[in-house]
Amino acid sequence: MNSKLTRRRFIKGVIFSGAAATTGAGVYLANAQNGAGTAERLINLNINGRTRPVDVMPSETLAYTLRYKLDLTGTKIGCNRGECGACTVLIDGVANYACSVLTHNVKDKAVVSIEGIKSADGTLHAVQQAFIDENSPQCGFCTPGQVMSAVALLSSNPRPTREEVRTGLSGNLCRCGAYEHYINGVLRASGQIA
Amino acid sequence: MSTHIGKDFTPPCVPGKVTGEIKYAEDYKAEGMVFARLLTSPMPSGRVVNIDATAALRMDGVIGIFTADDLPPVAPPANPALASDYITYVGQPILAVAATSEEIAETALDRIRIDFERRDFVVDPLESLSPNGPDAYPEGNALVRTQEEGPEGSPIVGAQIKSIKWPQSAIDALRAGQEPVGAEFTNEWAFGDIEAGFAEAAAIIEEPFVTMGYPHHSLEARTCMAYWENGKCYFHGSSQSQSANNAGLARMLNIPLEDLVFINEATGGGFGSKIGPYPYMAITGNFSRVLNRPVQLRITREQEFYIGSARSGMQGWIKTGVKEDGKVSAVDLVIVNDGGMTGGGSGNSSAQHVTVAYQPENMRFRHISVYTNTTPRGAQRGPGQNEMAAVLAPMTDKLAEAIGMDRVEFRKRNVLDSDGFQGGSQGPVTSAFVREALDQGARAFNWAERSSQPKDLGGSKRRGLGVGLGYHGAGGRGYDGLLRIGTDGRLYIHSGVGNLGTYSYAATCRAAAEALQIPWERCEIVRGRSDRYLPHSSGQGGSNTIFTHTRTNWVAAQDAIMKMKEIAAMDFGGTAADYEIGGERVFKTADNSQGLTYAEAARRAMELGSKFSGEQYPDDINPLTQIAVQGMAGSGLVGVAKDNIPGVGQPPGNVIGFMEIELDIDTGKYEIVDYASVADCGTVVHPKNFENAMRGGAVWGVGLSGLEKHVYDPQNGLPANTGLYQCKPPTNMDVPVDTIAQGVNIPDPQNPTGGRGIGEPTQGAAAAALSSALRDALGGHLFNTAPVTTDMIIDHLAGNSYSSGAGTLKTNTF
Repeated sequence: MNSKLTRRRFIKGVIFSGAAATTGAGVYLANAQNGAGTAERLINLNINGRTRPVDVMPSETLAYTLRYKLDLTGTKIGCNRGECGACTVLIDGVANYACSVLTHNVKDKAVVSIEGIKSADGTLHAVQQAFIDENSPQCGFCTPGQVMSAVALLSSNPRPTREEVRTGLSGNLCRCGAYEHYINGVLRASGQIA
Repeated sequence: MSTHIGKDFTPPCVPGKVTGEIKYAEDYKAEGMVFARLLTSPMPSGRVVNIDATAALRMDGVIGIFTADDLPPVAPPANPALASDYITYVGQPILAVAATSEEIAETALDRIRIDFERRDFVVDPLESLSPNGPDAYPEGNALVRTQEEGPEGSPIVGAQIKSIKWPQSAIDALRAGQEPVGAEFTNEWAFGDIEAGFAEAAAIIEEPFVTMGYPHHSLEARTCMAYWENGKCYFHGSSQSQSANNAGLARMLNIPLEDLVFINEATGGGFGSKIGPYPYMAITGNFSRVLNRPVQLRITREQEFYIGSARSGMQGWIKTGVKEDGKVSAVDLVIVNDGGMTGGGSGNSSAQHVTVAYQPENMRFRHISVYTNTTPRGAQRGPGQNEMAAVLAPMTDKLAEAIGMDRVEFRKRNVLDSDGFQGGSQGPVTSAFVREALDQGARAFNWAERSSQPKDLGGSKRRGLGVGLGYHGAGGRGYDGLLRIGTDGRLYIHSGVGNLGTYSYAATCRAAAEALQIPWERCEIVRGRSDRYLPHSSGQGGSNTIFTHTRTNWVAAQDAIMKMKEIAAMDFGGTAADYEIGGERVFKTADNSQGLTYAEAARRAMELGSKFSGEQYPDDINPLTQIAVQGMAGSGLVGVAKDNIPGVGQPPGNVIGFMEIELDIDTGKYEIVDYASVADCGTVVHPKNFENAMRGGAVWGVGLSGLEKHVYDPQNGLPANTGLYQCKPPTNMDVPVDTIAQGVNIPDPQNPTGGRGIGEPTQGAAAAALSSALRDALGGHLFNTAPVTTDMIIDHLAGNSYSSGAGTLKTNTF
């Protein structure tokens, strides 16, 4: 995960955005206590290489914006509190939990979601193809997050060891327990197993 | 020569999973959709006296409120969608609010004021059974039959809640690891003469045990979305089975079966918690009807902990006698299940595991399931069997040691085989090759060689070797198969099997392709929503899908083959017996130039109508299948049949696990160095997915024996670990990631493909192997608990008995 994203930094972001944090973990990690009074602000987001104007509330998480404002539902919300990794996206190339990032904090950054890693001609990313070949997913709910963590890992470490892959994907919970098949998929994507 | 069975293929949904394009229930929107959120109980027991939603309903954007008064009343102990008179656990849904945004709905919940009346509560079954102990319901703490019992396994008909109390001496005895003399039970069975069996024994061990309940925590919470059009309800939900839901959900919505369109392309995990329609589906569907708008009821992770079901825990005692030759002569077993607020303890299945593991000559089982004010309990991956496997394995090792027998040999001496039995009724099995699995696993794992290695690895590290058995009944009968050969000559296999991650929906369709000898690329699986004309299917609990639905697709294919032969006989003379199939044609055996392609046969079927194209269908198929056939009638050659393949006995799923751990006696932490598992599940139908099931189940086994448990505050009844982080499902750092998964691969004689199911025992084997390895690493110490957590290990090593099972049997607490 992004070592620059700390709990302190996240909470500071919430405070700056004028919302109070709760542990309710609804769609709004930071819930607006004053009801419908929160104002949306139009910002431009760089999502999957495109500039997308979108109205964003101060308390809105990136996971929420992607799923409910931009209809990029490939990003899954498994816990909405930074525990499972199903919502992993790349922010300036680094894997982040989109449920734990405020959208206003990424307006100057490049965000890549699962919808953005295929080639323009529709060719799957090597990680996606390898996950198919290894039959890595089971229920598939964590899979987009696993793919994004694997893409981030291989971009910084193109030939990781099995242990490095394990560590690289350790922030992505798979309740079905398909870990070994995801790890094999990453090793296949890196050309280390055929 | 098999063309499809036992061969790898890519299930058609996998690309959508890696691209994020496949849709789960929460990914759908509808025009005008409003967002509903639940208000849940802050207290473990009580009732709602008054709800004041005035302030919430005055808010801009709030559309409506839905309470228990809007649904038919549900008598306890049934699990209501919304509670009022009986609040029985923290987190129980009380009402739902719908608003134009989820933010407004959440804020509105804060503005609702509820007056509650508190009641006594209890989180530990033994505390409830104690004299003057609290009961989870005002009426009592256990469900007691009021009518004659049906056959074993039949649903309870006629039962009521009663308050059962044990003498304090029985409570004390059970906690101390002794027989609870004078205790009252609600379920008992026995075979043979246990006293005679114990008299024959060369060694007898007597142990208490306790296993913890824990939540399923499927990664996809059970969010639903529903809307109505022209009297039909379109319902997006998350279920283990596509079709087994429909009848129950239609009843919840009070509509005919044909007016429900249930849409469920993908399910983000179930593990037993999404077998049938769950009560909360009634909120979404009925709220949508009342509001006349699409409603999405989103369930949060915390709410999924509350309402998403959990494994039942158990407190118990077992006395086992073994003869000099290693045969288990007698078992006396007592289980008190923690049934949570719904009951549903799986003690009978735990006892069944013991019968499979030991095939005891004599056995007695006594059982009671006690309500507690904790979350609803239900089936969770090998319910009963797997937690029993976890605590039984180290005891089995102790028995083997007592008579000086190798642990693997001891298991081979006692375990189920094809002539053996399972359960208290001593019912037969279709086939079983567990001894072969033990032999194969011992070879793959190098058991003999590893067993000769020193246990002391130097420094603070100790080696532990474990072996374990997982077992679960793995197959059902009597469901329907439905398929169609189109005028394009392609095979359309209609499947009501859900897509919960096991890919059995696809693997079972291969049976039809195999029977019809048609290449897989010319087959299409039709599934995902009920208006695609899908047959009735099993609930896909109990590892049954492979056995059950390879049979249904096989019989539907046989029906199609027979119809094609009959058509050919009409056109070319002779009888159907004069024809065979091959190369996507039906032709005369004596002259293969006389025949029809599948496409031509489909066109002829449409011309002929009646049974050939589905205008007529068998009388014995399920009403849901009848609706499906009616819908697709006239669109090709239709194969439809109920699985009436003769046969008796339960198809068992068996897995043997071998594990090596390295335990650090300074920290209590251990690493799982190696894991090898071998399944006895008949023919492996889809090898790649078989491996995935084996390894996924092993991860669950580590969770059961090492990590996962409910923790409740006994003073306030508050759950302490509602999130994933505290519940601790294993991450990839907790489990081995380079393991061996094999199958014995001996076909089951009662399945046309040879296959049986395997999903659940994969967990039991790993759980058992881990607890067995922990005992080995600790020089024979028995915790008699599941899970055994790191703090318990370090407590034991420090000479503190606080964390061991004996003496407390405490459950649901720290």
